[in-house]
Amino acid sequence: MLKRIPALAASTLLAGNLSLLPSLAAAEPVQAISMGEAFATTCFQCHGPEGQHTGGAIPPLAGYPRDLMLQQLKDFKSGKRPSTIMDRHVKGYSDAELEAIADYLATLKP
Amino acid sequence: MQKLQRRTLVKALAAAGIASSTFGLQACSSNDKSQANGKRVLIIGGGFGGSTVAKYIKRFDSSTEVTLIEPKTTYITCPGSNWYLAGLVDIDYLTHDYETLKTKHGVKVLHQMATGVDAAAKTVTLDNGEVLEYDRLVVSPGIDFIYDAIEGYSEEVAEIFPHAWKAGPQTELLAKQIQEMPQGGRFLMVAPPNPYRCSPGPYERVSMIAEYFKKHNPTATIMVLDPKTKFSKQALFGEGWRDVYGQMIEWYGAQDGATVTKIDVASKTVYSDFDEVSADVINVIPAQKAGKIAFTAGLTDDSGWCPVDQDTFESKIHKDVYVVGDASIAGAMPKSGHSASSQGKMCAAAVVSSLNNLPMPPTRNVNTCYSLVAGDYGISVVGVYENKDGRLSGIPGAGGVSKAGASHQERKMEADYARSWYQSITKDIWHS
Repeated sequence: MLKRIPALAASTLLAGNLSLLPSLAAAEPVQAISMGEAFATTCFQCHGPEGQHTGGAIPPLAGYPRDLMLQQLKDFKSGKRPSTIMDRHVKGYSDAELEAIADYLATLKP
Repeated sequence: MQKLQRRTLVKALAAAGIASSTFGLQACSSNDKSQANGKRVLIIGGGFGGSTVAKYIKRFDSSTEVTLIEPKTTYITCPGSNWYLAGLVDIDYLTHDYETLKTKHGVKVLHQMATGVDAAAKTVTLDNGEVLEYDRLVVSPGIDFIYDAIEGYSEEVAEIFPHAWKAGPQTELLAKQIQEMPQGGRFLMVAPPNPYRCSPGPYERVSMIAEYFKKHNPTATIMVLDPKTKFSKQALFGEGWRDVYGQMIEWYGAQDGATVTKIDVASKTVYSDFDEVSADVINVIPAQKAGKIAFTAGLTDDSGWCPVDQDTFESKIHKDVYVVGDASIAGAMPKSGHSASSQGKMCAAAVVSSLNNLPMPPTRNVNTCYSLVAGDYGISVVGVYENKDGRLSGIPGAGGVSKAGASHQERKMEADYARSWYQSITKDIWHS
């Protein structure tokens, strides 16, 4: 992603076409941190950095399809899916917050 | 690489005569306060809190200049140090360095002691006399001990009756004493008053010592004298102790007159309100306060801890200074490595948002504490916290402890998860 920036900037500026600049700004690493990201970073403490498996018994999170993740989180909350600890965690988030977390986790590459 | 490319972009934009502020690129704004980019962050303390802040500031914004000030070149974690006492892990397992923070994230690590903070001039002084400027300062100094709360105890006596509440040589000293204790001898713990680092820690510790004794000194006894009337995960520890160790562990609380007020080194005796007890090995975990630099910097209140904003962890006393981890007053959150890392992430988000004039995201903090009652017997406590009326409060309905009377299979799973937690959190902070 980052490697594209200089080339994109140069061609955009040379062409004198500023219409692409908003998307350029979006690729800039310093952007507002979303609620989903802020909340999801605390998942990494057990489930591994960036949701990557660290070799232990706790499953990784990266690479989960968004809807499957969301359904599992909701099932932990309702008790439909049994757990040792996740039920106690997910009850700390509204359904909208769980959606934001699932949205963010779905962006992580396994 | 990232930095070079970023500069290329900045130069290209500048050459085109485009005002950077139009695009929110604060890094090249004209009112820079420094030769860097007005985004110099100093972090004091390389434990769970400070190291998390260092990594996550870089993760959120790699263009911030981050300097971590930590005297030690390696860090030995308190979490897992009880497992070491049982012989389940070695010191290497508990030891982490700062190489990944340096090489992968570009954090500058100074192995010096911070000795002073001038919040008005926005500088930090190091023990080598160097003075560093900052735009934002994060202080994560952990705890210090109130040695004189018990008559006869002192920093020197801690070399005889170790606290082992900062992991390292103290942990190894306590392990050696346990290993050398006479057969059938008595181990005595003097537990700390609230608030202190790691609420279930003292009780996991006696569990792990019992695990060791069960194998190597089966007629030994363990006594805990506690100035509190109850403790974290008490019912679960009680259940586990009975199931696994029978009568080996005895606990007495303040209601039993177990508040220790005096210690005699020569006779290895402790004195409480109503009684006196002698033992072969004595582990005194003293009362605690924020780490020294928090006091030097004027960040503490009358409680001996640091009042902070409950979303950003910015000090309520000094602007542009943040305090995370054990030293902070974080409402209902326990003082744990997991809490410190969670707070470190919210603080990193706050620092990056503030330095880049971006909106701060909502915050949510978590604590997850696993304790091993035995090598294959784990229990846990969870809390999810939000800022409610200016105080971090547990969200009703969430959190709580493991189920009472759970199957051995479930306890075994939690023991496996405890080890997996350790691998993940240490990798998240120091090795990725």
